[in-house]
Amino acid sequence: MRSIIKAPLAALAASAVLAGPVSAELTGDLKIFLDTSNPAPRATMEAMIADFQDLHPDLNIETTVIDREEYKTQIRNFLTANPPDVATWYAANRMRPYVDAELFEDVSDLWQEPEIAENLASTKGAMTIDGKQWGVPYTYYQWGVYYRKDIYEELGLEEPNTWDAFKANCQAILDSGRKCFTIGTKFLWTAGGWFDYLNMRTNGFDFHMQLANGEVSWEDDRVKQTFANWQELVDMGAFIDNHQTYSWQEALPFMVNGDAVHYLMGNFAVAPLRDAGLTDDQIDFYQFPAITDGIALAEDAPTDTFHIPANAANKEAAREFLRFVVSADVQTEINNGQNLGQLPVNAQSSVDDDKFLNEGFAMLSSNSPGGVAQFWDRDAPAEMAKASMEGFQEFMVKPENLDRILARLERARQRIYQ
Amino acid sequence: MATTAMPVSGTGPGDGRSWFHRNQIAITPWLFLAPGVLFFLFYVIFPVFQSFNISLYAWDGLGEAEFVGLRNYEDLYWEFVDRDAFYTSLKNNILWLLLYLLAIPAGLLIALFLNQTVAGIRIYKSLFFFPFVISQVVVGLVFTWFYDPTFGLLNTIIGWFGLGPISVLGDERYVTYGIIAAGLWPQTAYCMILYLTGLNAVDPEQIEAGRLDGAKGWKMLWYVVIPQLKPATFIAFVVTIIGALRSFDLISIMTQGGPFGSSRVLAFYMFEVALSEYGFRMGYGAAIAVVLFLIMLCFIAYFLWSMYREERGAR
Amino acid sequence: MFPTPIEKTSRSWQLTYQTLLPIALIMWLLPLIAVAVFSIRPDADFTTGNYWGIPSSFEGIANYSRVFFESDMPRYLLNSVFITVPTVIGAVALSCMTGFALGIYKFRGNLWIFFMFVAGNFVPFQILMVPVRDLTLSMGLYNTIPGLVLFHIAFQTGFCTLFMRNFIRALPYELIEAARVEGIAEWRIFWYVVLPLMKPAIAALSVLIFTFIWNDYFWAVVLTQGVESQPVTAGITSFNAQYRAAYHLMSAGSIVAALPPVLMFFLMQRHFIAGLTLGAVK
Repeated sequence: MRSIIKAPLAALAASAVLAGPVSAELTGDLKIFLDTSNPAPRATMEAMIADFQDLHPDLNIETTVIDREEYKTQIRNFLTANPPDVATWYAANRMRPYVDAELFEDVSDLWQEPEIAENLASTKGAMTIDGKQWGVPYTYYQWGVYYRKDIYEELGLEEPNTWDAFKANCQAILDSGRKCFTIGTKFLWTAGGWFDYLNMRTNGFDFHMQLANGEVSWEDDRVKQTFANWQELVDMGAFIDNHQTYSWQEALPFMVNGDAVHYLMGNFAVAPLRDAGLTDDQIDFYQFPAITDGIALAEDAPTDTFHIPANAANKEAAREFLRFVVSADVQTEINNGQNLGQLPVNAQSSVDDDKFLNEGFAMLSSNSPGGVAQFWDRDAPAEMAKASMEGFQEFMVKPENLDRILARLERARQRIYQ
Repeated sequence: MATTAMPVSGTGPGDGRSWFHRNQIAITPWLFLAPGVLFFLFYVIFPVFQSFNISLYAWDGLGEAEFVGLRNYEDLYWEFVDRDAFYTSLKNNILWLLLYLLAIPAGLLIALFLNQTVAGIRIYKSLFFFPFVISQVVVGLVFTWFYDPTFGLLNTIIGWFGLGPISVLGDERYVTYGIIAAGLWPQTAYCMILYLTGLNAVDPEQIEAGRLDGAKGWKMLWYVVIPQLKPATFIAFVVTIIGALRSFDLISIMTQGGPFGSSRVLAFYMFEVALSEYGFRMGYGAAIAVVLFLIMLCFIAYFLWSMYREERGAR
Repeated sequence: MFPTPIEKTSRSWQLTYQTLLPIALIMWLLPLIAVAVFSIRPDADFTTGNYWGIPSSFEGIANYSRVFFESDMPRYLLNSVFITVPTVIGAVALSCMTGFALGIYKFRGNLWIFFMFVAGNFVPFQILMVPVRDLTLSMGLYNTIPGLVLFHIAFQTGFCTLFMRNFIRALPYELIEAARVEGIAEWRIFWYVVLPLMKPAIAALSVLIFTFIWNDYFWAVVLTQGVESQPVTAGITSFNAQYRAAYHLMSAGSIVAALPPVLMFFLMQRHFIAGLTLGAVK
């Protein structure tokens, strides 16, 4: 399978590369660190790197795959002690500690090249800090409400467009003896997704970003309104019990077994749901409904990225690799359903014919007028993200503690953004 | 090694003794000590002082460190006053210290139960002991599943009595106790083995004398046996206190400090703020470490003092 | 002997005791037995909710062979060996020397150096976390097995010195005096007189340190990353991340990770307990 696609891909990629300014033959070592440790992404990345190797036979490529969770804590060590030439990471504020510490290479020059400037314009903002670009994206994916279509049909429900319809559906599901939403908040970030949507729908994208940047008080009435909306769901008993003890994967069986009907998640949840035996007739997807009238819909679409460490040894080859990764055909290939199953970042690429990818792409390109956020823990600085997501978890278990939680977050804000 | 120079002098002639030979007894201990002491100074003692120093800086571990004086401690103070994470950690640490000591009586109890000579008792003793040999990581996993609200054995059992289910690790009221119970499992085994050895050495004549005086059961235990177990109790106390203050593995495996930070202890909290996924505050982590160290210092001083007294009593 | 030996008690208590023993043991090991049962279950039992019934089929061999052949587990186990064995050798060798120096010689500062080791050993090792990590990074040993081994040796030297010094103190001092009268050089006294007498202590300490280091998790997380250097305690968490919610595999993996020190304990039980309980009796 892979060998069939390889040849044309390599040829196409070669033409994409020729369009770039560098055409000298690359030599030396290229060390690549990847966090794509799950089986499918890992295979995808390794195949892509093999294609790059075919284009540059004199380059000695060495790939290291690190567990995705561990990577998050280890990046700071290897960037200083043992820097590779290329490393994966995440966009937006999640880059900031390394940008501030001058550990990421400024790659604004790549973004000047027409190939990238024209085709990747939509993600430029997420890669920019202090007016410079610090890496390139290689994939992104939508978030949204995944649900059990068969149970919706059984209960005679429709995809909701409004907050009231959303809650009414939920009530009907609860009345049928199921839980409305599965979620596992042990590692906190899943609650961040809920906050993103509730806050962006209640107060809009701009307010959400102001909050992430520490420009608004956590005790602001608008924030309280977001939590009031959230509390409606919590008070209904919409979320599964004991979610604070589950990881996001451990929360999947509730949906698979039909004990819970929805999962607010990223598109990466589709693969394990399918693996667990759900068919495309049983799973479907809709955009999180509007809450406040007149607020433009905005979405979460986290972008995963490649960077060149500032201390990299072979920056020339690394730049070439980045050009290769974002080229239209490579983007089409690595993001297709058999590979990452996500969305390509290059406007010239085509989205794989998968119902979730098509829906997601349509939603992000035409139905997200408010803007596109990265994700709470990528938009807010690390410490604020941590403190606030812990607060979200506490709120979901103990909504009566809200005032104390907000006071605590406000104190954290005063300290973190000073 | 530092001793390589010595064969020369060791095989030297008896007369015309070298300076080294004359001072052999004074020099040798230093040569033997040198590698161990230097290593220990480099990796243990020196870093302790470094931690004190780092705690005066704001440093994300990546860029430049900025001197902030006692600001980190001030932040800790306010966290304490506002009952934030530091308060929770400190409170849990005290809980750990107190409840972990239960391992001592529990270990004694099991030791008394097993201190018999029936067939196969050696196997029983080994099997009772072996939770201690298992890594805390595995103990943590085992107990996480034991407590699981949907399939855990604990809830299955209390279900038979019509109770539960309780989510031990998901409820901020129970979580710390649940983790401490998991930690007590190996720690009790440790104390048990100390007491089994101690009981072996109890003077049978004193027991007989006690019997003649009419001491039985609890009285005998309290007035005759326990005083003789004092050395075992001392060691059990030392290792239990150290174990309680070092508790990190179980929390990291079982709850990651959650739910919403309610099972943190100082050792975990400092790791969290300094090196975890969202933690970039090296100086703050060091400040927490210093607090933990100061708590431990009370105990270290006590241990050293009792050892010092003992040394005085000896030679 | 206390409590009263069972053979001197009433017949009924003897019987009660004999039945109580196995029951108590099963209760004591219940959490572990549960995991052992999980590890031989088929995947299907977990999706059908058959957690505690009779396993629908015996899948022990399949589960364990997946752990050994389809995961990084063997590599982690090997790393653990490469970390543990040099640490045991290093720490025991260093502490034989320090213990000898502190146990035999009288000199100014003897007790203070000894107390330094003891105090350092009792330090909550988390206080070393930030500096030691930096030290290891700056020496270029971060994420290497030697980086972890060097620290472990240094830290364990504290405990080992305490142990060795007390052991040597208890040796008959006359032996050393007699050797000195014979004019034997000090290093030869160490090598030919004291060291042979220390064999039981060396055995006990080796087994003990093996277990401590094998089970270390904290430093493995702080000083290493990734499969090329992490020991099995840290590896089990990545293993679990890979098989999240596959309880049969996670259980089998946990048992594999726990096994080597358990084997060590059962093989070397006498030494192990001698090591742990040194000082528990006068």
